[in-house]
Amino acid sequence: MTTPLLSLQGLTKAYPGVVANDQVSFDIGEGEVHALLGENGAGKSTLVKMIYGLVKPDSGTMMLRGQAFAPPEPRAARSDGIAMVFQHFSLFDALNVAENIALGMENPPPMGDLASRIREVSETYGLPLDPFRTVGDLSAGERQRVEIIRCLLQDPKLLIMDEPTSVLTPQEVEILFETLNKLRSEGTSILYISHKLEEIRTLCDHATILRLGKNVGECVPSETSARDMAEMMVGATLQTPERSGRAFGEVALDVSGLSVPSPSEFGTALKNVHMTVRKGEVLGIGGVAGNGQDELLGVLSGEIQTTADAIKFNGQPIGKLGPTARRRLGVLTAPEERLGHAAAPDMSLTENALLTGSVREGLERNGFLKWAETKSFAEKIISAFDVRTPGPENAARSLSGGNLQKFVIGREVLQDPDVLVVNQPTWGVDAAAAASIRQAILDLAAKGTAVICISQDLDELMEISDSFAALNEGRLSAPRETTGLTVDEIGLMMGGAHGMEVAHV
Amino acid sequence: MIVLEKRPQPSKAWSYATPLVAVLATMVFGGILFALLGKNPIEAIGTIFWEPLFGEFAFYYRPQLLVKGAPLVLIAIGLSLGFRAGIWNIGAEGQYIMGAIFGAGAGLAFYPLDAFYIFPIMVIAGAFGGWLWAMIPAFLKVRFGTNEILVSLMLVYVAEQMLASVSLGLLKNPEGFGFPGSRNLQSYDSAHNAELIAGSGMHWGVVAALIAVIFAYVLLNRHMLGFHIRLTGEAPRAAKFAGVNPARLILFCLGLSGALAGLAGMFEVTGPSGVVSIDFNVGYGFTAIIVAFLGRLHPVGILLAGGLMALTYIGGEIAQSQLGLPAAAIQVFQGMLLFFLLAFDLLTNYRIRAAQSEVA
Repeated sequence: MTTPLLSLQGLTKAYPGVVANDQVSFDIGEGEVHALLGENGAGKSTLVKMIYGLVKPDSGTMMLRGQAFAPPEPRAARSDGIAMVFQHFSLFDALNVAENIALGMENPPPMGDLASRIREVSETYGLPLDPFRTVGDLSAGERQRVEIIRCLLQDPKLLIMDEPTSVLTPQEVEILFETLNKLRSEGTSILYISHKLEEIRTLCDHATILRLGKNVGECVPSETSARDMAEMMVGATLQTPERSGRAFGEVALDVSGLSVPSPSEFGTALKNVHMTVRKGEVLGIGGVAGNGQDELLGVLSGEIQTTADAIKFNGQPIGKLGPTARRRLGVLTAPEERLGHAAAPDMSLTENALLTGSVREGLERNGFLKWAETKSFAEKIISAFDVRTPGPENAARSLSGGNLQKFVIGREVLQDPDVLVVNQPTWGVDAAAAASIRQAILDLAAKGTAVICISQDLDELMEISDSFAALNEGRLSAPRETTGLTVDEIGLMMGGAHGMEVAHV
Repeated sequence: MIVLEKRPQPSKAWSYATPLVAVLATMVFGGILFALLGKNPIEAIGTIFWEPLFGEFAFYYRPQLLVKGAPLVLIAIGLSLGFRAGIWNIGAEGQYIMGAIFGAGAGLAFYPLDAFYIFPIMVIAGAFGGWLWAMIPAFLKVRFGTNEILVSLMLVYVAEQMLASVSLGLLKNPEGFGFPGSRNLQSYDSAHNAELIAGSGMHWGVVAALIAVIFAYVLLNRHMLGFHIRLTGEAPRAAKFAGVNPARLILFCLGLSGALAGLAGMFEVTGPSGVVSIDFNVGYGFTAIIVAFLGRLHPVGILLAGGLMALTYIGGEIAQSQLGLPAAAIQVFQGMLLFFLLAFDLLTNYRIRAAQSEVA
């Protein structure tokens, strides 16, 4: 038997109140693409942080090509040939590509040499990139290339990629996979972290599945069905959301010719957005992050105001109304960012229930608050949506992401909206909670609510939406019926490969 | 190595305990400071905290506590509402001066008329003066996005110049033999903010401070506006999402804190001080910032903190005169109090834990 490139033996890491990794062992072979699969909170990030030297394991050992390996810091891991592409890029918008890469190097060569090396590597691996372009002007896919090239310049033996496709269109994913296949053929091992099963089935040779910090199984992805892997990941039989009947009423929300500048400097302006949602319809809006999703939610919630006629609710112009007035009418929203936008982190769940519930639930009289009613509204959300918390007096930030998301969605759903707009309703939420949130959205639509679901999870949109549109640089594609849409068509609606080309292998 | 670990929930126990721990730590380190200055630390601390309340001349010092505490509490309550919402009015001192000028000016305009309505008019004028002065940074912030900290602070110095100007000109006592300063309002009955019970130190400003405490408590805990204030401070984006209009909140918070500071100035000039003079202001507006934080921006806490601050002022003066402690040492002592409070405040949200070193 050949020595594996990296061998993990009984790695354990505990944080107060939670064991992030419990006796995790597995091997990554030379030239192998190894998938690390698991739900959010399963301990994937902690594990790779240990490999990358960011976190020290409490116990357990790592062997790199048969040698004991215990990097005290990322620099040591890098000098041993481990490189990592993080999910969140650490790039400076105002600097160009070469400057950004030089910043991450121990001894950066002169800019001219570095630029030519960047060109060389980018051509070899089919990742065309101009070293002198400003990072702020690059698309998410191109920014990821900067990160990948930064890693490849170190000539790594093991490349760790944390959820690399979450910011890419299907076409961009294909290009990435070409690159990764080329790396594999040159003998580089890749540890690929994801929860997207289909991708893992196409790309990876081997998969290790983590659940609640434990290694619960391994499989060869190409020989295992996505459903089986999902069930290993979740540890339970998954329920696919169901919906009954698709009878649409009249148009509830009509957006026409909506153009607004973004309130933030690095945001995306919305350009001439048109859409209609009928009662009982779920409109899914896809697109890579940062293409105007936050702005669209802001415009619909009333945080960003526009011309009155750009948004009509049941024929009535509401573009100039603020959030409270829109709630009174029945247009409710749930933003993506749970802590700090949808909920105030340090306030109790009761206070957070008041945050959007005051108007429709009658939680105030002449400005004076009815705390008892507010508390029972919070309790109603907690019980109806199975929010795991000792009680409504707990601070929002004490809840796990999934539980807080259930609370935030539940708060809007229980207010009986006529129009509900949700942004990334199941982002960072475990599969069981995600299923129940999707079910709640579908149930609401079945009762006649017009729903707009903005999401970057295409599988989710395909599952729950009746029609689909994509945001690309602030423009919304014409909505199309979901049934019959192919992945290619969706990718093109999302803006294709943003000018990127496939690797020339 | 010691690491700080964020608590999942702010600790209730620590949020009540930190002011006490801070006072104790101030006593210990203040004692060391006094010892290094060659004074008996126990005697010095005792003089500061004990003498004004229970000492030989307590009958004189106790009313002084109310007289010094009332403006601090009144101003701090107003500031705390803004601070809760992340609106930083640093210029209460200026608003306090303007309140005094407007209040006194309104009263002196009637001189020597004797009527019951003069004092209420002066109260309104005082509040209006403070409000008006605070509206300058508020309006500039809302309209042009200027920084309210800088604008309100700089307006303090403008107000001080106005004070000097009116003391020497507009409000100068015509019968004052050319000395700067206005007529003494203590000797103009209709305009005098006299003690409600003789010898108690209890004047209308004390009553107003207590009303402000109750008002702020109800506002913050029972009213939508108070909820919006707290929400804006804790999560501005969530506040916007909840439908809070930031501009209106800025106008309200700055306006109210200005009006309360103006009231404090008006009660001071018509009562304990009596005269609009060049050195009328003694820094209540700045000390109130400390009081607001010492009281954890909570109305009841501010009431207690105002008392404590007044105590260290009076006790500090006694220590200066009796023990010969330098004034700077007393100021360091007061500074320590705020320093320790802010330092121990960390324990409300974090716990200290010993841990193996780790690169994170």
